[in-house]
Amino acid sequence: MNAIVTVIGKDKVGIIAKVTTKLAALDVNVLDLSQTIMQGNFTMVMLVDLAASKSSFEEVKDALNELGREIELSIKIQRTEIFESMHSI
Amino acid sequence: MLTQNDILSTIEMIEQQHLDVRTVTMGISLLPCCDENADKACGKIYDKICRSAENLVSTVENIETEFGIPIVNKRISVTPISLVAAASVCHNYVEFARTLDRAAKQCGVDFIGGFSALVQKGMTESDIKLINSIPEALSETDIVCSSVNVGSTKAGIDMDAVAMLGGVIKKTAEISYKNNKFGCAKLVIFCNAVEDNPFMAGAFHGVGEAERVINVGVSGPGVVHHALQRVKGEPLDVVAETIKKTAFRVTRMGQLVAKEASKRLNAEFGIVDLSLAPTPAVGDSVARILEELGLETCGTHGTTAALAMLNDAVKKGGIMASSSVGGLSGAFIPVSEDEGMISAANSGVLTIDKLEAMTCVCSVGLDMIAVPGDTPAETISAIIADEAAIGMINNKTTAVRLLPAIGKQVGDTIEIGGLLGTAPVMPVHRESSKSFIERGGRIPAPVHSLRN
Repeated sequence: MNAIVTVIGKDKVGIIAKVTTKLAALDVNVLDLSQTIMQGNFTMVMLVDLAASKSSFEEVKDALNELGREIELSIKIQRTEIFESMHSI
Repeated sequence: MLTQNDILSTIEMIEQQHLDVRTVTMGISLLPCCDENADKACGKIYDKICRSAENLVSTVENIETEFGIPIVNKRISVTPISLVAAASVCHNYVEFARTLDRAAKQCGVDFIGGFSALVQKGMTESDIKLINSIPEALSETDIVCSSVNVGSTKAGIDMDAVAMLGGVIKKTAEISYKNNKFGCAKLVIFCNAVEDNPFMAGAFHGVGEAERVINVGVSGPGVVHHALQRVKGEPLDVVAETIKKTAFRVTRMGQLVAKEASKRLNAEFGIVDLSLAPTPAVGDSVARILEELGLETCGTHGTTAALAMLNDAVKKGGIMASSSVGGLSGAFIPVSEDEGMISAANSGVLTIDKLEAMTCVCSVGLDMIAVPGDTPAETISAIIADEAAIGMINNKTTAVRLLPAIGKQVGDTIEIGGLLGTAPVMPVHRESSKSFIERGGRIPAPVHSLRN
């Protein structure tokens, strides 16, 4: 199952490292990644594959939420279908 | 291919513009539960609801987690109880309402609809029992919703039922007031009721429906409002296009949830209802959309035209986004549930008469309007008759959900709480409609009902 991870918040050192380390620990593979600074905010969008992960979607989501609280950033994971259905015919 | 902007715009819609799926409603047929013995019928009803909707809440919560979309309500609608209970020997149907309440609570849903009767052309003994049971049923239960269909374009308006219901609404308000509840918020009177409506209080599972159906209601006044801020001063055809595009995206989300929920729950996919359903939260108001279009206050001249355009553009945008659109689909204008409507009513600009005109072009009707507690039953019946006439002649659904505010007058406010909000008591005409309502009988179907 593919999902989109979005990381939004104040820029600081090591965000990508921390998020990808957590994903690696959960056996979540990163397929694509783009990162930019929008209106002063760090904004990262990642396409990930959960097929190899032994954790459930909810466990991955909780782990990312917890990391988000630790590093004071919003980290979300949502299945890709929601974005595909809203933005393509 | 998804772009970063697409992804971020979806997240912004959900986080900042109150985008949500307002309800996933499971329709359940209770026709197999009929029994001469009322206790046995109630037992069968309880078992069937609990068995059918056992996994409804947990499944919908999983969808919410995986897709990151808030799904505000999980609900159940059932076959109109006046049909299911007709075979049972009993004096009233309050026990049926209690059974629905218990079953719905067991399933963990927010509301259950279907304590209903369809009397557009006449009332059976069972319909009369159900209507007479409404005040007690709604005051003795917490999450049961009731509706009565009193008219249709095909059948005309049953004015005997309309006359009865004025008294039923007042009695419901009086009993509920003693119990500190708002029974009337759970009672809606329809003309041209639809059988697949997922929204409360008017949801019921029509007899033409499958055994078990998933209907989804999407919302999104905040998203439309936000989109319109980007076309300030542009002509109205540009505005209509903007609304259509926004409605398309919102409905696609609803379609995805509906398909996923029906697959996981092994139920038929019914419809997506693409309604703009406001909440009392700031930024989630239909009135503020109309004001964004250039009206100083919702209710002033031009409001009906603006609402007509909004309602039509929402439908057009949504139709292509879903394989099956149904329910009420359009813009809701409940006063107490819309921060902008409350403000417009408080300022005196938005009146019941103007709301009645607005219901000619929006998806439903006079909704969540508090009227003085001493309003005569006949006046309430007359308001229902006017609204039903609009629905009958214009071949559309109309509805009335009035809240007689016991002991209160114009200028007072009633707090209903939660998504149901705050209702300013609005003035009604004091001149009597009594003799008109007392005539009873039927208003015959209009000439354009003869289409065969």
